[in-house]
Amino acid sequence: MTAEPNVAPAAAVLAKPAKRQRGPLWFAWRRFLANRAAVVGGSVLGIITLMAIFAPWITPAGPTAQAFLTDALAFPSAQHWMGVDDLGRDFFTRIVYGARVSLTIGFSAALFSVVIGIPLGAAAGFFGGRTDWVIMRVIEIFSVVPPLLAAMLLGALTGGGFWMIVAIAALFGWVQVCLLVRAQIKAFKEKEFVRAAQALGASPAYVIRVHLIPNSVSPIIIGFVLAIPLAMMLEASLSFLGVGVPPPTPSWGQMINNGMNFMYFYWHLAVFPTVALAVTVLATSLFGDGLRDALDPTMKAR
Amino acid sequence: MSGPDRIPPGAVPALELRGLGKRFHLRSGGILRRRVTELRAVADVDLVLPRGGILGLVGESGSGKSTTGLMALRLLEPSEGQILIEGTDVTALGHAALKPWRRRVQVVFQDSYSALDPMFTLAQVVAEPLRIHGIGDGASRHRAALDWLERVGLHRSYGSRYAHELSGGQRQRVAIARALILEPAVLIADEPTSALDVSVKAQIINLLQDLQAEMDLSILFISHDLSVVRSLCDRVAVMFSGRIVEEAPTEAIFTSARHPYTRALLDAIPVLDPRQRRRRTFRDRAEIARDVPVLRRGEVTGPVPEGAGPRLMPIGPDHRVAAVLEGEAA
Repeated sequence: MTAEPNVAPAAAVLAKPAKRQRGPLWFAWRRFLANRAAVVGGSVLGIITLMAIFAPWITPAGPTAQAFLTDALAFPSAQHWMGVDDLGRDFFTRIVYGARVSLTIGFSAALFSVVIGIPLGAAAGFFGGRTDWVIMRVIEIFSVVPPLLAAMLLGALTGGGFWMIVAIAALFGWVQVCLLVRAQIKAFKEKEFVRAAQALGASPAYVIRVHLIPNSVSPIIIGFVLAIPLAMMLEASLSFLGVGVPPPTPSWGQMINNGMNFMYFYWHLAVFPTVALAVTVLATSLFGDGLRDALDPTMKAR
Repeated sequence: MSGPDRIPPGAVPALELRGLGKRFHLRSGGILRRRVTELRAVADVDLVLPRGGILGLVGESGSGKSTTGLMALRLLEPSEGQILIEGTDVTALGHAALKPWRRRVQVVFQDSYSALDPMFTLAQVVAEPLRIHGIGDGASRHRAALDWLERVGLHRSYGSRYAHELSGGQRQRVAIARALILEPAVLIADEPTSALDVSVKAQIINLLQDLQAEMDLSILFISHDLSVVRSLCDRVAVMFSGRIVEEAPTEAIFTSARHPYTRALLDAIPVLDPRQRRRRTFRDRAEIARDVPVLRRGEVTGPVPEGAGPRLMPIGPDHRVAAVLEGEAA
């Protein structure tokens, strides 16, 4: 059958592009800005990160330098904003360098969580069936074991250390990322653009890499940011219990533990690291929740 | 090499389905997941799509027409029967062996929104088939994609846009460009116009007609919209409950349909003129299923197929209907 000659060929009508419309990211940004708690959380997290990066320029001495031994245990003053600790180290310096440890562990653990969580979540969501069953059972095992108990055991067995804590935190952090990615890929693999690629002969690896993972950026970002405070809390808990980052490297958990010995008189040694930890974890959580609500309005807090 | 490029064009149909069927096993919940019952979504589908022909496959939702299309694309594994692309049986080919044949049969879906990856620019969408088949480099693929956007009636500057910036009709044009950029022999169009406005629908139909003529394309047009099918297709097959119940040249379907289900479909076409508006009677599926046409021996124009029960019998030039002979039990 051929086209009738008097019918103008449809292809001749070149449609001119309409005015450019706002992209989904623009709307996500607007939703994020409307969430005041998330904006404050993000700003606080940004300031803490900047302080951690520029620590040598804003502190009077090195984090382990016992430069103020004669002033040991001094209360907060104009020279020592947060006082001096029992070993003569400027406490503000210790807190700022503690942020370095906390943030580095938080971000590294979140990064490893994502690196483990994406392929497992993608495999579970895409292949389903037996693969999904096995991965989901593994996740269930991780969700019934209390992370702190397991971390204490692993920390005591391995003697702690910086990278050990990152590994332990990632071991428990990937579960959330995996579930988020799995849900997204399950929803997207039935879409017709995936069918169309399969009808072209695309392999599962191609479909996952080129279509499904790029469409999962939102849950991946959300999983990443939400894994950070979990790792920071885990590090602080382990360091508090003495199986985390070993002294003299400043860590907030370790400092809280030490401060407890002086709590009833030299209150500042316990209060400042606790406040620093609380503020950082809270800011990161608020920022993460805000990102989640902005990037995926359909996914509300559980 | 036995690739599709080596097959000379000729009398071989572009696409042929032989006795195609699909059974789904419904399982119980719980751990054991016992097989409870079997659902025959599609059974005994024989279809021949000649080169350059447009075959309409019509039927209501759930009649198995989309399942048939997915099986012809090998996106869904058939439970029985064969799929022949340009004379070659591809039913059992594995992923790698099938890939060159995948180029020959392409698809346009109903939902143009979910048919385009939201993270891709339109040039990337249209160039994707070239990318998957490793044809050309990035720059030449991009050029080919923009050429095709123009060919389906979209300005080249659309290449840098994303799917959400387009209307439904424009998205469907992009989907058509993607399906045709590899110059396939067969296009399976699964209700490509049913989500569109009437005026846009006509444009898409015109576009398909033009491209079909230019490319000598064979189209399997799956639809429930008989007025579209009438203007586009040269043959029509009617599906009901997973089986083909009537197949004939388009005009024969509209003038001398024999099967009660075909008549019910024709009856459902809206009539614009109020004076011509008939009183419609809607019959339910069970009633239609019981009402198997009975043919006198003289009405059958060719050899009567073996077997019992309703089966496709020739009743005119190129016209088959699922029926029983006089005196047989339905």
